[in-house]
Amino acid sequence: MELTLALAIGILTGSGVWLILRPRTYQLVIGLSLLSYAVNLFIFSMGRLRIGAAPVLGSDGVGSPADFADPVPQALVLTAIVIGFATTALFLVVLIATRGLTGSDHVDGRESR
Amino acid sequence: MDWTDHLLMVPILLPMVTGAALLLIDEVRHTAKALINVASTLTLLVTTLALMRMADAVPPGTAALSHSYAIGDWPAPFAIVLVLDRLSALMLVLTAILAVASLVFSLARWHRAGSHFHTLFQFLLMGLGGAFLTGDVFNLFVFFEIMLAASYGLLLHGSGVFRVRSGLHYIAINLAASLLFLIGVSLIYGVTGTLNMADLAVRLAAVPAEDRTLLQAGAAILGVAFLVKAGMWPLCFWLPSAYMAAAAPVAAIFALLSKVGIYVILRLTLLVFGHAAGELDGFGREVLLFGGMATMAFGAFGVLASQAMGRLAGYSVLVSSGTLLAAIGLADAAIVSGALFYMVSSTLTIAALFMLIELVERAQEPGADLLTVTMAAYREEMDTEEETEEEVGVAMPGALAILSLCFGCLALLLAGMPPLSGFIAKFALLRAIIDAGEAATPVGIPGSAWLLVAMMILSGLAALLAMLRTGIRTFWAPLEVIVPRVLVVEVAPIIVLISLCLTLTIHGGALIRYTDAAAISLHDPASYIGRVLETSPEAGEAGQ
Repeated sequence: MELTLALAIGILTGSGVWLILRPRTYQLVIGLSLLSYAVNLFIFSMGRLRIGAAPVLGSDGVGSPADFADPVPQALVLTAIVIGFATTALFLVVLIATRGLTGSDHVDGRESR
Repeated sequence: MDWTDHLLMVPILLPMVTGAALLLIDEVRHTAKALINVASTLTLLVTTLALMRMADAVPPGTAALSHSYAIGDWPAPFAIVLVLDRLSALMLVLTAILAVASLVFSLARWHRAGSHFHTLFQFLLMGLGGAFLTGDVFNLFVFFEIMLAASYGLLLHGSGVFRVRSGLHYIAINLAASLLFLIGVSLIYGVTGTLNMADLAVRLAAVPAEDRTLLQAGAAILGVAFLVKAGMWPLCFWLPSAYMAAAAPVAAIFALLSKVGIYVILRLTLLVFGHAAGELDGFGREVLLFGGMATMAFGAFGVLASQAMGRLAGYSVLVSSGTLLAAIGLADAAIVSGALFYMVSSTLTIAALFMLIELVERAQEPGADLLTVTMAAYREEMDTEEETEEEVGVAMPGALAILSLCFGCLALLLAGMPPLSGFIAKFALLRAIIDAGEAATPVGIPGSAWLLVAMMILSGLAALLAMLRTGIRTFWAPLEVIVPRVLVVEVAPIIVLISLCLTLTIHGGALIRYTDAAAISLHDPASYIGRVLETSPEAGEAGQ
């Protein structure tokens, strides 16, 4: 479980970093999205991982607060997703505006010679 | 808790409500929107002045140092608190002053250059107010994002190729920095289990040794996010072009945005990694000191190399940031006090400079700069759209004389020459650095302190040279002088900002007393922690 999650975060981050270093605006926005997925998973994992535990109540029908998952990282992830969604949407608009104004999808607005 | 404590909500709620209400008014009704915005911003100024009085009313070094306000009346470590102390009150007042100045400036023309200027402006103020007041790291992220989202819109305000292209870079850099912010925050939460700044400072001492590296990594990543915002040297290449591309009133308020990064670093390093932190005391100070000095050097060279005035102002922001970061890195109450004075003075100066540049550039013929080849090549690229909108209001007589006078004052302020407040700020900072150096070591002042002193003086010299050169080229060299059409409403904010600096010169003692008290309380985290964690649900019931 830990290994899978760590690998997932690592691969997402690696691909994201590679993409944001690319010169095309589309690659940039995909890279930023992948990075934000990686970060969201990372925040989530900071609430500690547990396998095979009951979600709220134990098998005897009694719950203990010690068994509950930490709700704070979940709230953080939710906020981060909302903010990331909004900023990505805004960024897309700027991408389209740059494309329209410069006629190029290079991040510098012109092709490198 | 009496009713005045509820004033802490005003710098967040007022801009939010105003901004939302302005959305409902049709774009064509400029005047109504402008009036509402001005009224709201003036109210904000009055409120922040009241908050400053509140913060200054308590003697420094006592437990009742900062006002804290539990949102929703939940007890402190579990819910978000707003905290007001001298530092945050100072930042709020600075925000409000710059907001009024740049808003008035924008009324001449800029507020009609695109849609939703007033709404974005108010949301920017909301983000700034929240970032300065919040006592919770994640809430800081939220307000940071509000501020940044509004700043993206404002940077693009007025459109044009140059702006949109710089806006793209600015947004990409800031989105990446925000992700670092999130990683840092979640690492810190993972190790300490809290997001409340005061609670964090308490729990830090109890962090087991094996988790300490993880915590340091988290704090460092968080720090990088703020240093991107503040523009520390290897992270600052985006800043001059973004600030240069922004419309003049927007650039003026952006002069404050880089200070948000400085504010957070000052707050967190002194609160969390202060003397109470045990093993972690002084974490990252060398990075701030030497990084700050590298930023100053980079900024000074940039100032000297700038052909365009907007770029010169952008690099001045870097010099100012670098000086502040290096001063924070020395971590001494007297130095921080001087640094706060310097921050007020330099922020006012740079904001005024950004606004003045636009007016001065109207006096230049587009072809006047052909002498400098680099600039010609540069200009070609730059977006030289002609604003065809008809200007309203009273034009300024003797415009060029007044502009050049303002330019001269700003040159003195930037360079830190007497008699204006730039000199007092630098003098206070230099004296504190030398005093602290003498007190710390019996053999004498450490080399790093001397280096910083030298850098501050040299960066002042660089600013003076660059401003002189620009001034000569602009006001004396042209054979054919074009008298720019300048409106009173555009010059007034610049004159007000310069006269504020003049007031700081004459009544500098009052501000120094204030910043002294602010610095002393920043170096005494126990009072901040005590006040925040003491906030109990019962305390709120006495209100209303």
